[in-house]
Amino acid sequence: MAKDLPKDLKDIPTEVIETDLLIVGGGNAGCFAAIEAKKLNPNLRVTIMEKAHISRSGATAAGMDAINTYIPEGKTPEDLVRWSRSQVGGGPIREDLALSNAQNLNEAVEDLEEWGLPILRDEEGNAQYRGGWDVSIHGEQLKPIMAEKAMAMGAEVYNRIAATSLLMDGDRCVGAMGFGVRDGKFYIFRAKAVIVSTGGACGLYKSYTSDATSSHHQTWMSPFNVGTGYAMGIRQGAEMTSLEQRWVATRTKDFCGPVDTISVGYKSSITNARGERILQERYAHLGGDKAPRYIRANAPMEEWLAGRGPTYADTTHMTPEEVKDMKTDYLNERPAFVLFLAARGQDITKDPIEIYGSDPYVVGGHTQSGYWVDIERMTTVSALFAAGETAGGNPNKFVGGCAAEGKLATRGAVKYMATVTLPELDTQQVEREKERIFAPLLRGPEFDGVSQTEMEERMQRLMDEYAGGTSQFYRTNEERLDYALKHLKMLRDQTKFLYAKDLHDLMNAHEVIDRLDVAEVLVHHLKFRKETRWQGWQTRSDYPDTDPKFDCFVESRRNKETGEIEMFTRPYEQIVPGDRYQP
Amino acid sequence: MPPRVDREKCDGCKAEEEPLCAQICPGDLMVLGENKKAYCRAARDCWDCMSCTKVCPVGAIETRAPYQLGYHVAKLIPMMGTNTITWTCIDINGKVERFRYKNRTT
Repeated sequence: MAKDLPKDLKDIPTEVIETDLLIVGGGNAGCFAAIEAKKLNPNLRVTIMEKAHISRSGATAAGMDAINTYIPEGKTPEDLVRWSRSQVGGGPIREDLALSNAQNLNEAVEDLEEWGLPILRDEEGNAQYRGGWDVSIHGEQLKPIMAEKAMAMGAEVYNRIAATSLLMDGDRCVGAMGFGVRDGKFYIFRAKAVIVSTGGACGLYKSYTSDATSSHHQTWMSPFNVGTGYAMGIRQGAEMTSLEQRWVATRTKDFCGPVDTISVGYKSSITNARGERILQERYAHLGGDKAPRYIRANAPMEEWLAGRGPTYADTTHMTPEEVKDMKTDYLNERPAFVLFLAARGQDITKDPIEIYGSDPYVVGGHTQSGYWVDIERMTTVSALFAAGETAGGNPNKFVGGCAAEGKLATRGAVKYMATVTLPELDTQQVEREKERIFAPLLRGPEFDGVSQTEMEERMQRLMDEYAGGTSQFYRTNEERLDYALKHLKMLRDQTKFLYAKDLHDLMNAHEVIDRLDVAEVLVHHLKFRKETRWQGWQTRSDYPDTDPKFDCFVESRRNKETGEIEMFTRPYEQIVPGDRYQP
Repeated sequence: MPPRVDREKCDGCKAEEEPLCAQICPGDLMVLGENKKAYCRAARDCWDCMSCTKVCPVGAIETRAPYQLGYHVAKLIPMMGTNTITWTCIDINGKVERFRYKNRTT
């Protein structure tokens, strides 16, 4: 760690790294992208810019207990697209993207198994399905396995580098910039093509446990995924799609742990205070247990709102063996949930597991919010590709789909790279960015400003109360969204008061800046969709019904000259035949 | 569920710069103190992924449930083996459970 912090910009060293393919974010999609690039051409220079340490970074840092999509024998990629479409209420979804992902999905999962991931199989060697599409794994080592493979293939990994901006040559992306969270240096990565795979945006909203000092990060998504990948594109005028389709999940209450593990894996019913099986009894007309994802996510919260909480995943039918298996699943994905149950002294065969709604997230690997990309996964910024949670239009990718998309983005990027050469480095641009990055660190000891924690908490409460957070049962309206925009603007203006007392603080300061940029665009998306299409994910109390006029993609672009967010739509195109509302 | 470091057990990985927990933490939260012992700089920001607890070579790190969420005192202790992991869980009533399974095939 840099012991002596710089007092002046000119004391900060600059490192310039030249590469062919730059991958920003070495999580699941990023590792797969790197491995694919080295497979396609071992001589290609492949560089990963990673904010944490690649062995335990991104959404899969703690591990996984299932691969949620793996196409079983007898089903086709088209079947998976139909299921995915029905899970988001008939879409609209980008069926071109969904189909190409589905066609590459199994290969990615099989890669993982070959590299050492234990997929649970029966005596005949068939993968153990826990639902229609998801297979059980012992994925405690999932992230180290893929990271080791990326390194073994020869990807050059730069750990502890926080990306802050894209490097541009006019309208074309030619790399990225950032700073070393450990060494305090300014980093410039120059590349012929860039894949942004930084994950989704967590922490735009307040988590309902954040009033407790040691549990601010009881969140579903990794709280270190702050949406930097989106923010860097937004600042360059990249087109974003469907941000209003937020992801909200039903989670175990107080400890934000997975519920699918119990409800899908162990056939536990979701019940309310009266012991009613909510989905079967109140949502039968929408498909019951198989209702679209947002309905299932929103259902427990509707019970609380109606005065019928608490809500539970009923585990009281489980045998001791099943309890042991279920806890093993948790130890593979969210181990501390087992600790939480122990800290409650809870025997789940006597007391069911309590459940509640999560705070909302922008995650293009689960819902479809993110960059608008073409079939090669190129964004609307030339030479900039997106994969995994950052790429929009294609929900229900999960681990396997994000991995497959890493491969697809690399194939697109490698094709593109053959046609270009690196331009001269724009020194003015990099000097401006260096100044912007380090400004919070150089304000001096007398500076009377704002800490990143203060600003983050202000933003999270604002979003929670005005832009449809958990405390508001995900509801919002035009007036509240206008209020949110007004205050987000004030917050963005106040980022000039952010100060950082060390490099960790500086990273956090840029994280709040990035979150504010994503939050602003998100609120514009919520404002534009004047209907309610995906209750819970997107609920407008002033427009409670679906409006056929909005059976389209809602798009945004920040105007680089004026800074205004411009909104427009794109039409839905059905490619896979069949009833959109049925799997 | 922030990590607590046992000051007796922690030897700072005898590292000149970075102990393993500081290298691995996805949130950049583990730091080597001036006394050459590791600590978590912001309990608030921990995602309880337990990467630090798993990687610690001397078992000096315990992930503890914050009292606001769970009662005093439960423990969950991972032990890493070759391609296996063993977890010991002790609940607030002293009930012990153990889990051992393969976490890698190669």
